[in-house]
Amino acid sequence: MNLLEIQDLKVHFPVAQRLFGRTKEFVRAVDGVSFTIAPGETVGLVGESGCGKTTLGRAAIKLVEPTSGRIMFEGEDIAALNGKELRARRRRFQMIFQDPFGSLDPRRTVSEIIGEALEIHGLAPDASARRHRIDALLKDVGLDPSHASRLPHEFSGGQRQRIGIARAVAVEPKLIVCDEPVSALDVSVQAQIINLLQDLQSMHGIAYLFVAHDLAVVKHISRRILVMYLGRIVESGEAKEVCRAPKHPYTQALLSAVPVVDPDSKRQRILLAGDVPSPIHPPGGCPFHPRCPVAEARCKTEVPPLRELGSGHWAACHLATC
Amino acid sequence: MPLLEIKNLQVEFGSGASAARAVDGVSLSLEAGKTLCLVGESGSGKSVTALSIAKLVPSPPARYVGGEILIEGRDVLKMSSRELRDIRGGLVSYVFQEPGASLNPVFRIGAQIKESLKYHRPAVANDAEVIRLLKLVGIPAPESRLRNYPHELSGGMQQRVMIAMALASQPKLLVADEPTTALDVTIQAQIIELLGDLRKQLGMAVLLITHNLGIVSDLADDVAVMYAGQIVEHGPVREVLQRPLHPYTQALIQSVPDLEAEVERLTAIPGTVPLLGSFPSGCRFHPRCPKAQASCSKQAPELASVKAGRRVRCPLWDSLLEPQTVSHRA
Repeated sequence: MNLLEIQDLKVHFPVAQRLFGRTKEFVRAVDGVSFTIAPGETVGLVGESGCGKTTLGRAAIKLVEPTSGRIMFEGEDIAALNGKELRARRRRFQMIFQDPFGSLDPRRTVSEIIGEALEIHGLAPDASARRHRIDALLKDVGLDPSHASRLPHEFSGGQRQRIGIARAVAVEPKLIVCDEPVSALDVSVQAQIINLLQDLQSMHGIAYLFVAHDLAVVKHISRRILVMYLGRIVESGEAKEVCRAPKHPYTQALLSAVPVVDPDSKRQRILLAGDVPSPIHPPGGCPFHPRCPVAEARCKTEVPPLRELGSGHWAACHLATC
Repeated sequence: MPLLEIKNLQVEFGSGASAARAVDGVSLSLEAGKTLCLVGESGSGKSVTALSIAKLVPSPPARYVGGEILIEGRDVLKMSSRELRDIRGGLVSYVFQEPGASLNPVFRIGAQIKESLKYHRPAVANDAEVIRLLKLVGIPAPESRLRNYPHELSGGMQQRVMIAMALASQPKLLVADEPTTALDVTIQAQIIELLGDLRKQLGMAVLLITHNLGIVSDLADDVAVMYAGQIVEHGPVREVLQRPLHPYTQALIQSVPDLEAEVERLTAIPGTVPLLGSFPSGCRFHPRCPKAQASCSKQAPELASVKAGRRVRCPLWDSLLEPQTVSHRA
């Protein structure tokens, strides 16, 4: 059974709301997305800023209220749950945030930050059990137990991200949504955090939804990749396969834009014209057609459905072939 | 004579016992029309070095304690404020990381570009020249953009406006400090392409500050790697990236995940980037260096020329060099 199964998820935010009238327009941040995550699997979610990847990551664990669609977590639809029922289930899905400075309360010590999660879910029967658990967690994420009484400002960015990871792992979740967990870090520290996430996964069998814009990082850590554009998934498949033989012109452009550390690289860069269009008025037909280098007449009118082009390799493009 | 020559630059913050040297003995030179990349992580002193070229680090708190910065043979550090004003945004122009924060939100972009023209090239301070500049940086329908405010433009467009503004004075040196870090990868590719074209078209020298080694390999002729306020390796881009000699450069290249390679596990550099004011003794990289020996913590290594155009700050570089294991894509 899949750990997480998202079915036709939509998240629309109202904009330009009038005082008495009805809401006129919506930002279609997530517009009909379906995917699954198996236990212990890492699924990468990539796309440009504004494509809805963060909203999708948050909606998948009900940090953002979905407009419609189903979120099946271990076979149970959590989209409709609220309040106490939802809180009880939150133990099984956690989140790691992008900004290690903004996501830790500056006035609380490390042991308070991690301990709060334990208390909410009743995982620390007494003070000594709690201390032992926090010590063990700090060790797991590569910090010294003596750091427990310190405040976040005493740590570097990479160490803070480790604290955020310890907080998420504390309640023994089955799934962690990682929203750009390494993009705020120095290059030399990024690799440490990626390795740590992989170690924790093999130790505890945690599944990750890894949201990032850096394709090289996503490819490295993920088994499968979802490519998102204007609120929809335009390509998905095995990470290696998507990077080796991308089917969708957007994925091709995205991959070719990643700078490679090799002055002799023969790669041809596909330059996309313009910026991501507004998700309030997405272009008709294929949402990518105004920037697509190979668009045809029908791309302007017909919305391309996701089609399976290889085993488990899907793309939403009229022109993509097997 | 090189366009820019930095000799043994030393910049300190604070004074007395608490003084911290952010830039410690940096020497670089850049010929007209060439591109030099300054690579380093946060706190390596790369931005302070770049800002010092037009003496833009406010002093106090910074103190230029030693060295020379020669632009066309004249020392910037000895210039009067009037001379500095002519250099800044004139001979030397800057493009910064966050275009949104660098543009003035309450003025139209046409007016902001014209401001630079008024000071440096008053004869052509008109709409026609602004439109020409906007066209040069690839802004579509520039006539209609003149009256836009910065918030009406996307991040990529804002960065193009910043570049247009920097080019207004026809600089001989463009200093770009992480110009693409805040941008998406597709927009980053556009800006890299633009910088490469402009350099060829206008014959400017470019000093590019970045932490992204991929961008270095796209644009640079030469590259200088900085760590904890010092240059640790310097040389032509192909040699440095394909046969790095300093253990830090080697580790940095290996820690970046590669789209084209298959590795189970990334080679991380242990520890954290040292903070300004608490740099380790001896070689500043030794606590994190996988190849450190006992002597590394005592003796501070010099930046030595190892062959024509290559400098390395590691006395062990020769013995550490294993022909096949230097780069993971060798």
